[in-house]
Amino acid sequence: MTNFDYALWIPLLPFLSFLILGLSANKIKARAAGLTGVLSLVLATALSLLLAWSYFGAHGGGHEQAYAALQPLKWVWLRFTDTLPFEMGILLDPLSVMMLVVVTLVSLMVHIYSLGYMKGERGFARYYAFLSLFTFAMLGLVLANNIFQTYFFWELVGVSSFLLIGFYYDRPSAVAAAKKAFIVTRFADLGFLIGILILSYYAGTFDFAQLNAPDGPVLSKDWAPVFGGHSLMFWALLLIFMGAAGKSAMFPLHIWLPDAMEGPTPVSALIHAATMVVAGVYLVARLFPVYELVDYGAALQVVAWVGAISALLAAIMAMVQMDIKRVLAYSTMSQIGYMMLALGVSDGGADALGYTASLFHLFTHAFFKSLLFLGAGMIIHALHTNDLREMGNLRKHLPWTHWTFLIACLAISGIPPFSGFFSKDEILAAARENHFWIFAIGYFVAGLTAFYMFRLYFTIFWGRERQYSHKPHEGGWNMKLPLAFLALITLVAGFIPFGEFVSADGLPHHSALDWKLAGSSIGIALIGILAAMYLYSEYKQLPSQIARSLGPLYRLVERKFYIDDIYAFVAKRIMIDTIGAGVAWFDRHIVDGTMNLIGRTTLRLSSAIKGVQSGQVQHYALAFLGGALALAVFFFFRS
Amino acid sequence: MDILTSLVVVPVLTVLALFFVKGLRQARAWAAIGTGIELLLAIWLTVWYLQLRGAGHTEEMLFMRDVLWFKSLNIHYAIGVDGISVALILLTAIVLFAGVFISWHMQELSKEFFISLIVLGTGVFGFFISLDLFTMFLFYELAVIPMYLLIGIWGTGPREYAAMKLTLMLMAGSAFLLVGILGLYFNSAPGGGQLTFNILEIARLDLPMNMQRFLFPLIFMGFGVLGALFPFHTWSPDGHASAPTAVSMLHAGVLMKLGGYGAFRVAMYLLPAAAAEMSWIFIILTAISVLYGAFGALRQTDLKYINAYSSVSHCGLVLFAVLMLNKTSFDGAVLQMLSHGLMTALFFALIGMLYERMHTRDIYKMGGLMKVLPVISSVYVIAGLASLGLPGLSGFVAEMTIFVGAFQHEDLFYRIAVIGSVSAIVVTAVYILRAVGIMLMGPLKNPAFADLPKAAWQERLGILLLLVPIAGMGLFPGWLSEMIMNSLDHIVAKF
Repeated sequence: MTNFDYALWIPLLPFLSFLILGLSANKIKARAAGLTGVLSLVLATALSLLLAWSYFGAHGGGHEQAYAALQPLKWVWLRFTDTLPFEMGILLDPLSVMMLVVVTLVSLMVHIYSLGYMKGERGFARYYAFLSLFTFAMLGLVLANNIFQTYFFWELVGVSSFLLIGFYYDRPSAVAAAKKAFIVTRFADLGFLIGILILSYYAGTFDFAQLNAPDGPVLSKDWAPVFGGHSLMFWALLLIFMGAAGKSAMFPLHIWLPDAMEGPTPVSALIHAATMVVAGVYLVARLFPVYELVDYGAALQVVAWVGAISALLAAIMAMVQMDIKRVLAYSTMSQIGYMMLALGVSDGGADALGYTASLFHLFTHAFFKSLLFLGAGMIIHALHTNDLREMGNLRKHLPWTHWTFLIACLAISGIPPFSGFFSKDEILAAARENHFWIFAIGYFVAGLTAFYMFRLYFTIFWGRERQYSHKPHEGGWNMKLPLAFLALITLVAGFIPFGEFVSADGLPHHSALDWKLAGSSIGIALIGILAAMYLYSEYKQLPSQIARSLGPLYRLVERKFYIDDIYAFVAKRIMIDTIGAGVAWFDRHIVDGTMNLIGRTTLRLSSAIKGVQSGQVQHYALAFLGGALALAVFFFFRS
Repeated sequence: MDILTSLVVVPVLTVLALFFVKGLRQARAWAAIGTGIELLLAIWLTVWYLQLRGAGHTEEMLFMRDVLWFKSLNIHYAIGVDGISVALILLTAIVLFAGVFISWHMQELSKEFFISLIVLGTGVFGFFISLDLFTMFLFYELAVIPMYLLIGIWGTGPREYAAMKLTLMLMAGSAFLLVGILGLYFNSAPGGGQLTFNILEIARLDLPMNMQRFLFPLIFMGFGVLGALFPFHTWSPDGHASAPTAVSMLHAGVLMKLGGYGAFRVAMYLLPAAAAEMSWIFIILTAISVLYGAFGALRQTDLKYINAYSSVSHCGLVLFAVLMLNKTSFDGAVLQMLSHGLMTALFFALIGMLYERMHTRDIYKMGGLMKVLPVISSVYVIAGLASLGLPGLSGFVAEMTIFVGAFQHEDLFYRIAVIGSVSAIVVTAVYILRAVGIMLMGPLKNPAFADLPKAAWQERLGILLLLVPIAGMGLFPGWLSEMIMNSLDHIVAKF
């Protein structure tokens, strides 16, 4: 057995980088700060690749033997009770090892890319400090061996995301977006926390290995329905899924993600495309046996539908956005919807195809989506605008960006041989076996995806030449290299036999492509691409005519189905203006009023009776006499 | 002289020394030396205490000492500490020392200011080491009285009103308390014989249920007033708003902990049967405190009011946890006292620094301060994150211990109450981020604030003194939690 103790260094290296950069804040030179960040990530990436190599390599290759789940390190961090300790530890299984590779690779690319993108920005060192903090937190989340540790790092990634979205803190829109992201996910995390409390109370453990064990405290028992026809475990899982949906921007907790695009673009690539937003998928996958078996997978049904609805709504909203990053944000939401959907339709058994498909898509998506974002960053860097209406014909000016962007667009649209084709096809195959309507939605969304992505592509790189204030040019090698690398992965990742490594039961599975299904999904993707090409490859009036003719429907989508407005109403009008103001008023007037009233009454009472103590001896003598008389009368009549 | 007595003697000597000095420079130097020695003593006490425990001393209290000083009523100067008191003594020493640096430029009657501040500290230290109810009560009053002067003389705004209100409400609490303590005293010898105020001796008795039912609410509410128990919390916003910086720090950071500690050590420990029976009433009240405080903070525009309501919410959680009657939640209550003490002291220190520079505490008059005052602003953000429970800082450790502990209660009602209190974490995030967003971020709102002086060395030192323990507790909570847990067995055994 190989020794995996060094896995601890993978999160620790970015943490050290964070400490160095955080403590030296404004004194460190930009160059040194960038190098510190990149160097720590180079080392962490090397370690995690080495780890993945030896972990998967250690497996004999037989199809009967499951990958071992190893816990090379764990220690008690805080002892809640003797049976319920809060541990910190490292769990290595195919899921976490795969995630390690994704997180470190994408993070490294973003670290390198940012050297160019953020050059000369105020707060360069602060940027790298936050980026390191995020990477540390995300790696800690991935490696967690118990659900409370997951929660710990879950909150920490949330804060790093807050800090990075609000990086341009003097921009009010960035501040608002950061706040919104934090508060919406915090609300979702409330569900997560309550879910953990319920789960751990009944299961008596936080440990993933025990929770997921077939003879463990959860799965060995038959949970009686107690509420709404479902068992408490179901409700706990649903609450935990609420946390997952918040982080992964699933409907109806998705509203923060488009606004989060206020952050620097490389940050969007790392956090809001490839890593943090898929944490929800990761969480459900982590607890997959529990989700699958408690109440016969009732919670998974919810996951599937939430995923499907999110995928559909996001794809629709992506079609009308005019901001390049917002299109990508909705597309992220839509793709994560696919992943959730795939987990949800995974009907268990030995060959839980959906599980593998979901994580395969997570894997491929991380690379092609961060590629898209970094490409968008290249464009924004060159033009200083996010607005699609100010772009056109850029393929002449930005050839690197053009080609890599095209590869990513083909991948996300599901055109072979690019990576997205293979993973999406697996998802559709899994859905088809399980549920017709979910499959139908997934299939339809595939077409929409191709359409909105190529709308983006044609508008930016074709169309008519605009009046650029200066000739657009691409960034330096440090920006091109990550693009090239990610494009390379996008080209080859589809051929990885993913099921050999990651599957629901830990056993290697071999999945074959269903060419009939593949053919039809390529077909709908091509329809989407051709439609986009017809409408957007050269400038036409037609798209805006269509928009106008759709009238209120278009407006509904443009206003994001009014979901944001509902939230704003609840948060501002109800929480702050009604309850908050109500409590403040009640406190000042009723509670405090009562206290003041007691004070005033005492004063009045004392001034009313203070005349008694007049200082005049004859008054006292009179009172004395009266009292004595009264007593005399009292005792006289009593006896 | 034993180490615990020196904890009281050192501040007394400092006060005496302060009588003979002249001017701000000398006064603050002596105050810093005195409180510095006190902090060293507290650290030494902690280390020594841990060593003794490690060496196998399993007595309930360590460093015990008992001197009879009022024979006819059998009042003793009985002292001794366990892990809980040690932790709180350390907290007090840290906050007091930091408070001196935060008051570095207290021009007005500086000598008298430092004297009152340290007298207050003396009372708090004495309170935490006392094992005799009467002595404890004396020290308690010693801590509360200087408050009146400190707010009334050095305060701002409607300070006379605030000082009067605070003192009267706390005094009313004391009246409850005194009745409760006397009730305990007169029932302390059921078989006849010598009556006693000694906590450990009373704890060995099994008081009659009727008496417990009568005394528990008195004592719990008496201490609860100081712990900002709803609806007796209204002294807190006004009091904090009018108090000078260091006083707010000590008051919210330390003095409010007297309430939690007293409720725990006296009400829960000595009257366990009534506590178990009546806890549900106070659970409701404290759960209200938690949510009410958080919602109350949502719309405030004065930084001190935001923090005062936030304190109501956080201290409510202390009392809430105390009522949950199990080891973990007790542990969480003490951790929350420590965490809140440090955090809120830091908050008030920062607010004081901002006020000194801008002469306003209205968040809408600020805006974009991050660029102008990077150190103070960044620390404010960190303190805010600690307050909303960011992992890696103290608040997370304390809150999670409370939530997990309290949720182990086997009665469904209690678990539902926990869910109610947990919801406050969302509201906390809203009011913290609202304040941070309005006051620190965005473009600079008032051009007059473009050249505010940066944080001076003594301000940085004060901040650091509080920030390091916050982060330390958040990253390495294990030893602290174990130290507290080890002292809880005697108390948990009563339930």
